[in-house]
Amino acid sequence: MSTTTTTTGTARTPTPTGALNASRTAATAARVLRQLRHDPRTIAMMILIPCVMLFLLRYVFDGSPRTFDNIGASLLGIFPLITMFLVTSIATLRERTSGTLERLLAMPLGKGDLIAGYALAFGTLAIIQSALATGLAVWFLGLDVTGSPWLLLLVALLDALLGTALGLFVSAFAASEFQAVQFMPAVIFPQLLLCGLFTPRDNMHPALEAISDVLPMSYAVDGMNEVLKHTDMTANFVRDALIVAGCALLVLGLGAATLRRRTA
Amino acid sequence: MTTLLPRSIIHRMMNYSEGRSADPPAAPEVRSPAVRAEGLTVVRGPRTVLRGLDFTVPRGQITGLLGPSGCGKSTLMRSIVGTQAKVTGTLEVLGSPAGHPTLRTRIGYVTQAPSVYDDLTVRQNLDYFTAILAPGRPASDRHHEIDQVLADVDLTSHADALAGNLSGGQRSRVSLAVALLGTPEVLVLDEPTVGLDPVLRRDLWTLFHSIAADRGATLLISSHVMDEAERCHRLLLMREGEILADDTPDALRTRTGSETVEAAFLHLVDEAATAAREKETTR
Repeated sequence: MSTTTTTTGTARTPTPTGALNASRTAATAARVLRQLRHDPRTIAMMILIPCVMLFLLRYVFDGSPRTFDNIGASLLGIFPLITMFLVTSIATLRERTSGTLERLLAMPLGKGDLIAGYALAFGTLAIIQSALATGLAVWFLGLDVTGSPWLLLLVALLDALLGTALGLFVSAFAASEFQAVQFMPAVIFPQLLLCGLFTPRDNMHPALEAISDVLPMSYAVDGMNEVLKHTDMTANFVRDALIVAGCALLVLGLGAATLRRRTA
Repeated sequence: MTTLLPRSIIHRMMNYSEGRSADPPAAPEVRSPAVRAEGLTVVRGPRTVLRGLDFTVPRGQITGLLGPSGCGKSTLMRSIVGTQAKVTGTLEVLGSPAGHPTLRTRIGYVTQAPSVYDDLTVRQNLDYFTAILAPGRPASDRHHEIDQVLADVDLTSHADALAGNLSGGQRSRVSLAVALLGTPEVLVLDEPTVGLDPVLRRDLWTLFHSIAADRGATLLISSHVMDEAERCHRLLLMREGEILADDTPDALRTRTGSETVEAAFLHLVDEAATAAREKETTR
């Protein structure tokens, strides 16, 4: 015990673990994307399925292109939300069950770094997915948008972030993959029914309309419809986009709160 | 933890009463053992998993944590690393309360089940964890370190294999390699040699000894295989959330008059059982 060894220069240097650390966040995002790259089938499905669905929908409403305009635009906002929800909830559940989350939280990784890393990685994928789906719908399937397709893309991206946030949040309450996928009908389907996709929200029973007013997907669909009908950015569009973004941030914050360094 | 202040006062008082107040106060960093526990208690659900443990783990040595499965070894290790909830009593690591943010870069931890990303290659796993540990380091430095730990755990030839395609023993060595990154001062290894063949086990123990000897690092290694106990400098024998013995392997064998640590452990268990029974009958 008499000799106290001095650690060499290669020893771990204490780095602040406080708020966001850009390089740790970037490393996490790169890692999540690398994991996905080893799983090309998942990437292909994430990117192709929305396109195939839109294609299908276009010819389902072959006789009424107006209906395709309405539903198509709404779906452009809903697809990224659903895929990102599914992918994130499973990915973070795996992180929790494989012990890598415990390991990371025993390391100097901030919770914000982890969540921002996931949001960044899946956000990137969402951009690719939405760009392809929007491009296909507008240029090849004749989706008639009055406003700028860029605004459609913006809403789609915000929806993807919201999906990521919701997925991250619910994964804390799922003990298995079985439970995690069941959260999709539990969390997503009610929003899908009430968001105005099937019938305008003001035609619903007042109670349901009131509920739909507090569900974020309603604003995602409203935002898409604003772009569909108006040439420039309306005040309603800005409101809808801000609400979706705000919800995404709120739920991301809640998701961060479910990450505990100490667990039973 | 609020125990820090009152304890330092107690220390000073003790020094004073023993007439050693002339000693210059040593920096707590140098003096403090690697781990110090006092009345360490952990509750998980309805069960009290650790019952008021008192022990210290000296620095620069290999301390074996031995006991049957379910005796609380993993919970103790998780408490030391700072991932266990509902820990009461005093638990200090390198002079700071366990789980303190400054400790996160100084402790390497290997969980019982290998915690690595199966859908990344071995090198990509290590790459990510170094980026988390030391975000500012130049890439060439990091690559050098990764090559080093890969050689340490004998996985150089599998560096570009997906972790998920490796055998169980290989995956647990990837997990160990992650813990070796950044030359931590304390390594907490939860059954690192389970399921490995004898040659590999011998090699890993050689590695553990060289880590302790060359880097002055402290290793706390759990095992339920008693023959590994002989390779440790010190032993903590655990049973049902309590520490049965805290000694060197030699001293344990001598004290109990046993040939092996396993026999010594059994002797201590019987002794404890008899003592408990006597207590019950006198009551």
